[in-house]
Amino acid sequence: MADSADAPLKKTPLHASHVALGARMVPFGGWNMPVEYSGITAEHNAVRTAAGLFDVSHMGEVEIAGKGALEAVQHISCNDASKLAVGQIQYSALTTPEGTIVDDLLVYRFGPSHFLLVINAGGIDKDVAWITARAKEAVPDVAIVNSSARYALIAIQGPKAQEILQTQTAIDLAAIKYYWFAHGEIAAVRGTVSRTGYTGEDGFEIMIPPAMAPTVWDALLQAGKPHGLIPAGLGARDTLRLEAAMRLYGNDIDETTTVLEAGLSWMVGWNKPEFIGSDVLHEQKLHGTPKVIVGFEMVDRAIGRHGHPVFHNGQQVGVVTSGTQTPFLKKAIGMAYVPPSLEAPGTEIEIDIRGRRAKAVVVPLPFYKRPK
Amino acid sequence: MSSYPADLKYTREHEWVRVDGATGIVGITDFAQQQLGDVVYVELPEVGATIKQGAVFGTIESVKAVSELFAPVSGEVLEVNSDLKDRPDHVNSKPHDTWLVKVKLTNPGETASLLDAAAYEALIAK
Repeated sequence: MADSADAPLKKTPLHASHVALGARMVPFGGWNMPVEYSGITAEHNAVRTAAGLFDVSHMGEVEIAGKGALEAVQHISCNDASKLAVGQIQYSALTTPEGTIVDDLLVYRFGPSHFLLVINAGGIDKDVAWITARAKEAVPDVAIVNSSARYALIAIQGPKAQEILQTQTAIDLAAIKYYWFAHGEIAAVRGTVSRTGYTGEDGFEIMIPPAMAPTVWDALLQAGKPHGLIPAGLGARDTLRLEAAMRLYGNDIDETTTVLEAGLSWMVGWNKPEFIGSDVLHEQKLHGTPKVIVGFEMVDRAIGRHGHPVFHNGQQVGVVTSGTQTPFLKKAIGMAYVPPSLEAPGTEIEIDIRGRRAKAVVVPLPFYKRPK
Repeated sequence: MSSYPADLKYTREHEWVRVDGATGIVGITDFAQQQLGDVVYVELPEVGATIKQGAVFGTIESVKAVSELFAPVSGEVLEVNSDLKDRPDHVNSKPHDTWLVKVKLTNPGETASLLDAAAYEALIAK
């Protein structure tokens, strides 16, 4: 974390709402955040069957604008931003010269020469310094602004999300395709709505000015109540994203894992011009990687979690990056790095859980795919 | 608000024991289950194993966290609550009625070092 342990925790503009709702608050990435309200299981299942409302205002935003903006984004991130139309979004990563990951992010194309990057809360200072230094070495004439304080971010996720949100906005939500966005008013507040999320479910993320966040939050909470919407915290966000096999920065991906090792080759712009780390990624695409991320399901009754060593034939071969008992699938699942020779689904592995070896089996990712 | 039964004795690590003759019945407190969140898995010793007051005798896992269980009393495990395999959530819904293990007390005098309900409530109020 960039923040020292002594630094006071930051509060989102919805802090008072969380406290009033009885949330259990925990420190996360330098922020005081709600981990759960009614319980992770209930919140998780609400998102899978109805809807959940998340405060994700801790996420950072960086804007890149000016004549060289596209070139700058292309240089610092691995996906091909030239493919983005205005109004479109892509998942991408800031890469190191080694092809490893400084942060993962969403790239919004606000205008032909205006991009907004949504980055992880724990990395805002690090990312802004990195983006500024690395973008300017490629394109001296570009503006890079940390606009994290200008946006609150609320996610409404679940099969009922569109129906609920539509009651509060004139934006035609059905017309917003997956990974596209539109500007407009939500609960009479000017903002931006994108069809994105971190739950594996249909849903939207809403960017609004911080001062208006409680207005939008309360309106959605009220409008959603008859549809089964409940507020959901970071705990459910983590179990939901894990069922969907979405990577968590700091757990599954970091500066020691390359984009290919993380199984994210689909988000590399293979045909775009050279970018930071592109030579390593092209080389790995050709010759493979020493390790690769896999999904696993526990066979024995136990839960493999972040940091637990993975064994095969008595040898330690890797480490678990994320793991939990999932509330919806009701299985103990996780992700781990192992040598590519062990990546085939069905491969038996063992996980050392506090000194005891528990059997697990490699399974395909994602664990959960929403019904269409 | 939660209430802490007067017939239980409590540890500072948030386990309880109910002494029934020579048997100690062990569980975790309402405060503990609130802190853990939804319990999904409880790992307990086998019948016949011995547990020692103050030592770890198992682990309890919620969706989010893993926590060690500390024995409130020493004894030989007589029975393990097998219902928890299918309904670990009972630890959340009725913590003071959901026992984890029953032990044959080897040192009944040990309970003197545990907290009574009033002292435990004072501890968690801090």
